[in-house]
Amino acid sequence: MDKLLALYRSSLGKKYIMAVTGLMGFGFVVMHMLGNLQIYQGQNADGIYALDVYAKNLRSLGPLLYVARLGLLGAVIVHIITAIQLTGMSHKSRPVRYHKWVPSGSDYASRTMRVSGPILLLFIIYHLLDFTFGKVNPNFLEGQVHHNVIASFSNPIISLFYIVAMLSLGLHMYHGIWSLFQSLGANNSKYNDLIHNFAVLSTAVVVIGDISIPVSVLIGIVK
Amino acid sequence: MNLVLYVWRQKNAQTSGQMVRYDAKNISPDMSFLEMLDVINEGLIAKGEDPIAFDHDCREGICGSCGLMINGQAHGPKKATTTCQLHMRSFKDGDTIYIEPWRAKAFPIIKDLVVDRGAFDRIIQAGGYISVSTGNAQDANALPVPKSAADQAMDAAACIGCGACVASCPNGSAMLFTSAKISHLGLLPQGQPERKERVLNMVATMDKEQFGSCTNHRECEAVCPKEINVDFIARMNRDYLWATLTYQKPSSKGGGE
Amino acid sequence: MQLDAKIPSGPIEKKWDKHRFDMKLVNPANKRKYNVIVVGSGLAGASAAASMAELGYNVKCFCYQDSPRRAHSIAAQGGINAAKNYQNDGDSIYRLFYDTVKGGDFRAREANVYRLAQISVNIIDQCTAQGVPFAREYSGLLANRSFGGAQVSRTFYARGQTGQQLLLGAYQALARQIHLGKVQMFPRTEMLDLVLIDGKARGIIARNLVTGKIESFIADAVVLGTGGYGNVFYLSTNAKNSNATAIWRAHKRGAGFANPCYTQIHPTCIPVSGDYQSKLTLMSESLRNDGRIWVPKQKGDRRPAQDIPEEDRDYYLERKYPSFGNLVPRDVASRAAKDVCDDGRGVGETGLGVYLDFGSAIKRVGEEVIREKYGNLFDMYQRITDENPYKQPMRIYPAVHYTMGGLWVDYNLMSTIPGLFVIGEANFSDHGANRLGASALMQGLADGYFVIPYTIGNYFANTTLEKTDLNNPNFRQVEAEVSARINRLLSIRGKRTVDSIHRELGKLVWDKCGMARHADGLREALEKIPQIKEEFWNNVTVLGSGEEFNQSLEKAGRVADFLELAELMFMDALEREESCGGHFRKEYQTPEGEAMRNDEKFSHAAVWEYQGEGQKPIRHKEELTFEYVHLAQRSYK
Ligand SMILES: Cc1cc2nc3c(=O)[nH]c(=O)nc-3n(C[C@H](O)[C@H](O)[C@H](O)COP(=O)(O)OP(=O)(O)OC[C@H]3O[C@@H](n4cnc5c(N)ncnc54)[C@H](O)[C@@H]3O)c2cc1C
Ligand code: HEM
Ligand code: HEM
Ligand code: SF4
Ligand code: F3S
Ligand code: FES
Repeated sequence: MDKLLALYRSSLGKKYIMAVTGLMGFGFVVMHMLGNLQIYQGQNADGIYALDVYAKNLRSLGPLLYVARLGLLGAVIVHIITAIQLTGMSHKSRPVRYHKWVPSGSDYASRTMRVSGPILLLFIIYHLLDFTFGKVNPNFLEGQVHHNVIASFSNPIISLFYIVAMLSLGLHMYHGIWSLFQSLGANNSKYNDLIHNFAVLSTAVVVIGDISIPVSVLIGIVK
Repeated sequence: MNLVLYVWRQKNAQTSGQMVRYDAKNISPDMSFLEMLDVINEGLIAKGEDPIAFDHDCREGICGSCGLMINGQAHGPKKATTTCQLHMRSFKDGDTIYIEPWRAKAFPIIKDLVVDRGAFDRIIQAGGYISVSTGNAQDANALPVPKSAADQAMDAAACIGCGACVASCPNGSAMLFTSAKISHLGLLPQGQPERKERVLNMVATMDKEQFGSCTNHRECEAVCPKEINVDFIARMNRDYLWATLTYQKPSSKGGGE
Repeated sequence: MQLDAKIPSGPIEKKWDKHRFDMKLVNPANKRKYNVIVVGSGLAGASAAASMAELGYNVKCFCYQDSPRRAHSIAAQGGINAAKNYQNDGDSIYRLFYDTVKGGDFRAREANVYRLAQISVNIIDQCTAQGVPFAREYSGLLANRSFGGAQVSRTFYARGQTGQQLLLGAYQALARQIHLGKVQMFPRTEMLDLVLIDGKARGIIARNLVTGKIESFIADAVVLGTGGYGNVFYLSTNAKNSNATAIWRAHKRGAGFANPCYTQIHPTCIPVSGDYQSKLTLMSESLRNDGRIWVPKQKGDRRPAQDIPEEDRDYYLERKYPSFGNLVPRDVASRAAKDVCDDGRGVGETGLGVYLDFGSAIKRVGEEVIREKYGNLFDMYQRITDENPYKQPMRIYPAVHYTMGGLWVDYNLMSTIPGLFVIGEANFSDHGANRLGASALMQGLADGYFVIPYTIGNYFANTTLEKTDLNNPNFRQVEAEVSARINRLLSIRGKRTVDSIHRELGKLVWDKCGMARHADGLREALEKIPQIKEEFWNNVTVLGSGEEFNQSLEKAGRVADFLELAELMFMDALEREESCGGHFRKEYQTPEGEAMRNDEKFSHAAVWEYQGEGQKPIRHKEELTFEYVHLAQRSYK
């Protein structure tokens, strides 16, 4: 127990926490995107949207779904709390800032984790109010997921917001995926390229997959 | 060539400092950066002004004494180069150069550009060694070390303890330095008996000294004059996790007389 | 002044063992009651402090850098010798001993050198166990190379950073003892004087370089491992802050100074490029294995190197020394370079340089092979000079590198002051008049790990030390003297900077007491020195106060000591009427222009005793006898 507490308190423990919760988020985002893509299947023979069937099936998982939801919620909360702690440590460790600082090795994605993360948080809140609780959806119908999506994305402003959010998701993932391997110590020069390519590829797939939906709705491919 | 310098001047740890402008005239491109500062200092002394304090000793890139933030980059714009090995030909006539000390809570400023890096020594004291007293050693060839392990250990051991990694890291983290020492010893068979205690104690001390945590920016690797690779940070992360899960304190039962 | 070298009796290979048995021991419980001050944290200081702490002594260790890990030993590149005979090429302790005595041109003490060769073996074991990542073969066993013209491969190395790795090993051992509370470390603290009580060394006065506070430290013995004084030349390969203050102050308190004029000039350094130059950078000697050294045949030939055809080039080392060629010992190579430059055939803008050409090696084995062997050195050269050594030859010139002279010590490494031990480059080491490559690291570690821990115990066991404390009037008095001197430096407020005077001094020492000396030049220098001193004490300017971090003040104190030491070097060089090792007295040469020793009159170490301000010091002699290695003229033809 002492050991775990010490681990939690240590700087390295925080890295592991970020990595594990980030990994969970990553897993969710991939699965979620795959689910979302079913919107392209349109209606089945009975005139029911594939996406609605999918949503229904998920719901039929019952308690299992709640376990997953709670797990994810917990992960996001821990991820955020730890992110705040890390940011605090980072500010404390350099009380006087440089007059001039020029990046040498970091990239835009790594430097903006603390911006892309909060944008994601805002997005998720809005997104839940949009599709799960229907509070901000222009025309929310309980259980008619396909319809709800079209309703939202038909509004170019909402679509644009989604697209921006997905781009920041891309930034967050691009750095996050390489980073989580490094944080967990599952990295060395031999695999560096591999992990890097994996990060680029999976980020691209998720971002393009997700962005394609509002775009398709706007240009009328998906109705 | 002629340059404009903005240099951080701070009388001591108690007072606050500010950037001060100096004009550097007739600088030869063959001068090293520190020789350029020498020239400025000679001029200041002639005018009866306090010369700029900065740390230096070997001036050949190995002792790790020197270290300045030059135009926002630790050790300046040239890769794999310490401040003392940087030459003025890396700059152009008319350039403006900002010169600041390493900035980190764990490296308090002593004067001007001189900081106290004692925290690094304390990290090493926490376990950055193999506990072999003089006279304890067996024949050097009794324990073969695979060449690859020896070479990799040497890559890590090349660290000069300059502190550029901390200075450049957006989080003020000392992970590159700490991981280099942990890896140097952890890669060698001689370092195995104390491997777990070593990583646990050194990381604990690193945290106690108020360095930040790492979020994998890789600035440190880019500015490191000895090109220490962030692989060693991954190694440390691995070792620390394993050590936390498996370390057992040796029994403290005393022996008989 | 009594010079008893205390060499143990018996055959040379038994002396050290016998001595170790004869020495008295201090029982473990009593060791805790002894306090030792170690000044210096280089190879010698750090290894001594750590080893003595391991034995149980309470150690206080001092260095002027911000961390003990930065001592100048860190800069050594090439390697460390040891008579392991791992290569089965006929090496042995006796051969290492023989080579070292001969290499030192018969001006070292045989018994010490033999012990050094014996201990060399243990050093490698110890360092390997500490985790020093020496180069290895694919078998996992240690690799060796031949170095500095040795005919066997006995040099152990860690890339081009051997000194760094050995020092980190010693520093880590020291860190362990600091952690255990057995060593108290005082970084950024400079020793400014030695305190004697009852004729024995009992403490030091040091200045905290951060706060400027002058403090006294008391102990039962003082060990100096403060390195060499090559910076008396201003330009040298030494670290900028290396200094002679500790040993010079000890000398003024009564420690004999041996062979002050013995300096080693290293042949392969990057030449000076301008007046602003602050230090010289060494290019490893190993470059001479593949590089060929030449200058144009014609005086004043200003053509770029690549435009000078083969027939207009003078490969002077190959011409003069056909059997050793470019691999002649350091002193010979350095002097030959000076000769051709004096002859007006030097290259580069200043005319003080010779070419080290890899053209034919690249043609023979290809650029890749050369890059693999020397890549980092070539990069370093290019970084400094902005010239590409793969395309045009390197320019090199000799530079001051090491000082064989230092405080005189007996077989136990104790100076003429009881309780004051001197180790590493600071003593008049085991290298005689010329040091072979890769032997200084060996000596520093031998002294620190394996000699001083024994001999200091013997001193304690045989000595009754008076009980005393910091209130002793001797402490008060020396402390007052130190403060007075600092105040004096601060109150001059003249016109010249410390550096400008240091440069002037350096040039004088280099010109008159460098690679070649002549009685006339030395006398001239002896007349000039008082003027420079006068100028210093009347016209130097040191700003700021003593109660703060003040680098100008630190420098000023060091230069003041260099001024006095330089004078002694000139005197010593003048008295030594022979050419030995790197010390070429123009008056004493063979018809072919080679160095000529005078064993009859000068087979001794000259030990100087301080007589007070303005008094001529007294020159004593420790006669050197050679029972095992027979006196012979060195020949590299
Ligand atoms: C560029 C270069 C390359 C070399 N390469 C080799 C090589 O390949 N092989 C080899 O065998 N030798 C080599 N040498 C020589 C060798 O490195 C040195 O002779 C040796 O390291 C000296 O060690 P030391 O412990 O005696 O002194 P140093 O390492 O010089 O340490 C001196 C210590 O004393 C302290 N000190 C000095 N004055 C004071 C004071 N007043 N108060 C408090 N502390 C003080 C310093 O802080 C420092 O800690 C090389 C030397 C140079 C310059
Ligand atoms: C909800 C708001 C979020 C915030 C405020 C946030 C913030 C952060 C911060 C500050 C970091 C540390 C930077 C770093 O380690 O490089 C980080 C890392 C990470 N985040 Fe997020 N994030 C959020 C959501 C997400 C989501 C939804 C995912 C899933 C795709 C995710 C995946 C990651 C990953 C994989 C890492 C890298 C972990 C590591 O370095 O080991 N984050 N996040
Ligand atoms: C354009 C891309 C996206 C679309 C079209 C989309 C669509 C949807 C829809 C329709 C739902 C409701 C499902 C239901 O109620 O059954 C939903 C739920 C959800 N989405 Fe998205 N989403 C997208 C991107 C994202 C991203 C990037 C994240 C995370 C960073 C995310 C996180 C969530 C969460 C947490 C839920 C709630 C899940 C639950 O109810 O358990 N979504 N999404
Ligand atoms: S890791 Fe690199 S940057 Fe950091 S202290 Fe070591 S040498 Fe300097
Ligand atoms: S720059 Fe800092 S964030 Fe990590 S990878 Fe290097 S320590
Ligand atoms: S002064 Fe030694 S590394 Fe720069």
